[in-house]
Amino acid sequence: MKTKKQGLIIGFILLALLFVGLYILENTLSSSTMLLTILKKGVIYALIAVSMNLLNGFTGLFSLGQAGFMLIGAYTYAILTIPVGMRSMIYQYYDGGIVQFAMPALVGILCAGLLAAFFAFLVGLPVLRLKSDYLAIATLGFAEIIRAIIQYEGLGPLTNGSNLLRRFPTFQSVLYPFAAAAICIGVIVLLINSTYGRAFKAIRDDEVAAEAMGINLFFHKQLSFVMSSFFAGIGGALLAMYQGSIQAATFKSTMTYEILLIVVIGGMGSVTGSVIASFLFVASSEWWLRFLDNEMFIGSFHMPLLRSGFRMVVFSVIIMAVVLFYRRGIMGDKEFSPTRIRNRLLNRKAGRNA
Amino acid sequence: MPDKMLELDDITMQFGGVVAVNNLSMFIDEGEIVALIGPNGAGKTTAFNCVTGVYKPTNGQVKYQGQVIVSNHPAGKMKALYAGENRDKYPQVVDPTPDKITRMGIGRTFQNIRLFKTQTVFENVLIATHLHRTSNPLSAAFRINWREERRMRELSLEMLDFVGLAAMKDELATSLPYGKQRRLEIARALATKPKLLLLDEPAAGMNPQETADLGRFIVEIKERFGLTIFLIEHHMDLVMDISERIYVIDFGKLIAHGEPHEIQDNPDVITAYLGVEDI
Amino acid sequence: MNGFERLFPYILAGVSVGGQYALIAIGYTMVYGILRLINFAHGDIFTVAGFFIVYMSATMPLVVSIPMTIILTVLLGFAVERVAYKPLREAPRMSIMISAIGVSYLLQNLMWYVTGGLAKQYPVIPWLSNSVTILSSTTKIVTIVTPVLTVTLVLLLLQLINHTKTGMAMRAVSRDFETAKLMGIKIDRVISVSFIIGSFLAAVGSLLYFTNYPTVTPTVGAMPGLKAFVAAVFGGIGSIPGAVVGAFLIGISENLIKAFGYSTFSDAFTFALLIIILLVRPTGLFGEKTIDKV
Repeated sequence: MKTKKQGLIIGFILLALLFVGLYILENTLSSSTMLLTILKKGVIYALIAVSMNLLNGFTGLFSLGQAGFMLIGAYTYAILTIPVGMRSMIYQYYDGGIVQFAMPALVGILCAGLLAAFFAFLVGLPVLRLKSDYLAIATLGFAEIIRAIIQYEGLGPLTNGSNLLRRFPTFQSVLYPFAAAAICIGVIVLLINSTYGRAFKAIRDDEVAAEAMGINLFFHKQLSFVMSSFFAGIGGALLAMYQGSIQAATFKSTMTYEILLIVVIGGMGSVTGSVIASFLFVASSEWWLRFLDNEMFIGSFHMPLLRSGFRMVVFSVIIMAVVLFYRRGIMGDKEFSPTRIRNRLLNRKAGRNA
Repeated sequence: MPDKMLELDDITMQFGGVVAVNNLSMFIDEGEIVALIGPNGAGKTTAFNCVTGVYKPTNGQVKYQGQVIVSNHPAGKMKALYAGENRDKYPQVVDPTPDKITRMGIGRTFQNIRLFKTQTVFENVLIATHLHRTSNPLSAAFRINWREERRMRELSLEMLDFVGLAAMKDELATSLPYGKQRRLEIARALATKPKLLLLDEPAAGMNPQETADLGRFIVEIKERFGLTIFLIEHHMDLVMDISERIYVIDFGKLIAHGEPHEIQDNPDVITAYLGVEDI
Repeated sequence: MNGFERLFPYILAGVSVGGQYALIAIGYTMVYGILRLINFAHGDIFTVAGFFIVYMSATMPLVVSIPMTIILTVLLGFAVERVAYKPLREAPRMSIMISAIGVSYLLQNLMWYVTGGLAKQYPVIPWLSNSVTILSSTTKIVTIVTPVLTVTLVLLLLQLINHTKTGMAMRAVSRDFETAKLMGIKIDRVISVSFIIGSFLAAVGSLLYFTNYPTVTPTVGAMPGLKAFVAAVFGGIGSIPGAVVGAFLIGISENLIKAFGYSTFSDAFTFALLIIILLVRPTGLFGEKTIDKV
C-alpha cells in the first residue's frame, strides 16, 4: 500500500510540473506556434479518446456513436453560451433564434455533458441489449440520426440548421483545456479503479460469468455508456471552444473512426495509451507529417508522390500496420506507473549485485 | 415441515424440436449434498442453467427457500411445438436475470472454466464481492466507500486463503494450472456469499488424487460456510463418496433417484451409462 | 396529372437506386454471413470502382475500361481480404472490425490524395445514359436496366449458392465455421470467392449508380454503402434475398419521402429503419435466431 501512495504522490508532482511547464511555454512562445495548437487539440482529443476507451476498451461495448454525443455536447454549449447580442446576426435566417439568454461558459460545458449523458441514457435503453456487432451499427445509426436532426431546417431556431454556430466563449490559455481534461480524465480513472470499474472489466472479459457473479449487465452497461457519453459531450464542448465555430456536418462517422483508431493505437484498456496516442495523432496529422504534403525538390529532381494528401495516406498505412501487427497498441492494457518503473530499476540493480 | 432449499417442479427446456430437459422434478433440503448425474448430453448443465436464470425454461418452476424464483409456460412459437405435459400448470411467468438469482444466494461454477482472463487471481475473487455493495458509482469513484472496499478486499483474501491460492494472488488467473483454476472458480463463487452452491463438474480433468482432495474440500466448505451443495459430476467415486442423494437423468428425463448405494445397483442407471448388453 | 403519374418518376428512381443498393448489399451480407464481419470498407470499394473508370476512360475506350474496372475492383476486394482480414481471423471480433474501419479510412485518404479533392465526372456510357420516356416521365435507360440486371444477377447467384459445390461450401461455412474447416472445406477459397463475388457486384452497381449520379467524390460511396448495409440487416444479415428486398424497400421509400417534400429526412429514414429493425427483430426479416451455448 505504501508504494501505491508513493505512486500517487509522484503522479501529482508530475502533473503539477506539467502545468508549470505549460505556463512557461505559453508565455515564452508566440501564441500561434504549432506546439501550443497541438497541445490544445491533443488534450481535447485525449479526453474524448479516454471516454471512448472507457466504453470500448474497459467495458467491451463496441460503440460507434461517439461523434453523435460530441455533437450534442458541442451544440448544447454553443446554443447556451452565445452572447445575446450576437444572436440575431448568427441566427439570421431564423429571426435571432429561440434561445435568448446566455449562460457562463462553465455552466455551458456542464450542461453539454449532462445533455449528452441524457441522450445516451435514452439511446442505451433499446440498444445495449444488442450483440456487439449490432451494437456498433445501432450506435452508428443513432449518431447519424442525431446529426440529421440537428441539421434539420425545422429546428433552425434552435440549432441554426445547417449553418455555422460561432461567437460563443472560447479559451485563450492552453491551461484551460488541460485543466478541464485533467479533471475529467481523473474522474474516469477513479471510476475505473473502483469496484464499478472492476465490474466493467468483468463484463468485458466474460458477460456470462459476470452475470453469474451477481453483476447486473444492463445497469452496468448503461452506467458505462452514460458516463462515457457525458465526457464525450464535455469533449465536444471543449472542441467547439477550440475551433471557434461548429457545424453539424463535420461531426461525421469519420470522427468516431479517428477516435477509435487513436484508442486502438494507444491500447484498448489503457488510459495512458489513449492520452499518448491522442497527442501522437494530432501532432502527426497537424504537424510532423505535413512535409509530406509539400512538393519537394532535391536539386532539380522532383520527388514523386509528395503532394497534398500524401500525409494522410502515410498516416493511414501506419494505422493499418499497428492494427495488423501491433494489435495491443502502444501500452496494451497497462498504465504508466511510476512504481513499476521504480521496481524495474531496483530489480535491475539487484540483479547486478547478485 | 420446513421449506426445501431448492425445488424443481416439472422443469422442461425445449430448443425448437429438441427437448433437452423433460419434466424434471427434484428437491434439495438445506445442508444436503445432492448430485445430478447422467451420461453426456443428458441435460444436466441445461438444468443448472434453468435454475440460475441463464435459460428461460419452456415450462415448470423453480422454488428457492419456498419462494418461486423462476416460472414459465410455453408461449409463442414454443406453444405449438411443446412436447411435454403440464402445459397449463404454471400460468405465471417469473423471469429473473442471472444476477438477481445470484443475489438471492445461489452461486455457481462453470463446466468450462469461465475466469476473467485479463484479471489476476485476487481480482477475480474481488469482482465477485461487488454484488453486495451499497455504494453508488460516484461515492465509489471518490473512495467515500473506503471502508466497504476494505471489507471486500479482506473477504477476497480470506477466500483465497481458504482455497490455498493466497500465495499466487497477483498472478494472472489464466496462468494457473488447471486444477488451481477450478479452485479459483470455487473461491470466486464463495465470495458471492451463497447459501446454495451449484458446482458443474468441478472434478473434470482431475486425477484420482486431486478428485479425492476435491471431495474433502467440498465437504469442508459445506461445513465451514453452512452451504447446501448441488453437484453435477462424472467422476463416480466423488459422487458416491460425498453425495447424500443422487438424481439420475438421461435424455432429459429423470430415470432414478435415491441414495448412493441404491443408484449403484440400479439397472436403469447402468443401462443408461453403458448401453444394453447384446445377448 | 394524377397522383400516380406524379409519383411514378420517384418510384422509378426508387426501384433503380434500390437495385444499385441491392448489388452493394449482397457483398455486405455474404461477408457477414461467412466471417461475421461488417465490412466497413465495402462502400469504399464501390467508390473506388467509380474512380477506376473515371481515370481509365480518359485514356482508353469504354469497351476496355468497363471490363478492366470490374477486374481491378475484384482484385482490390480480394487483396483487402488477404492483407487486412485474413491475418486477423483468429483474433477477437473487435480487431477485425477495427481493421475494416482502418481499410475504409485508408481507401478514403488514398482517394483524396489521388483526386486532389476535386470531384470527378463519370464518363457517359452510351445507351445506358440515353433517355427514354415512360408514362410521360423522362428517365435514362439505366433506370430500367438496373432492376432487371439486379434480379438476373441475384437469381444467378442463388443458383450458384444452392446448386454448386462451391455454393454448398459457402453455406456450410456460414452455418458453422469451425466444423466446416474440420470437414476439409478450403476456407480460404470460400472466403475469397465471397469477396470476389461481392466486389464484382459492387463494381456493376457502381457502373449503374454513377450513370445516374455522375459526380464522384471520395465520400460519395459512404451513404449508399451505409444504406446497403441497413438493407442487409433489415433483410436478415446472411440472407441474400433478404438484402435485395431490403434494398428495394429503402430505395423506393427514400424517393417517396422526397416526393412528399421531406428530402432532408430521406437519409434519416434509413437509420430510423435500422433502429426499428434492431429493436423489433434484430435477426432481420429472413434471418435465423441462434442460441448461445453456455
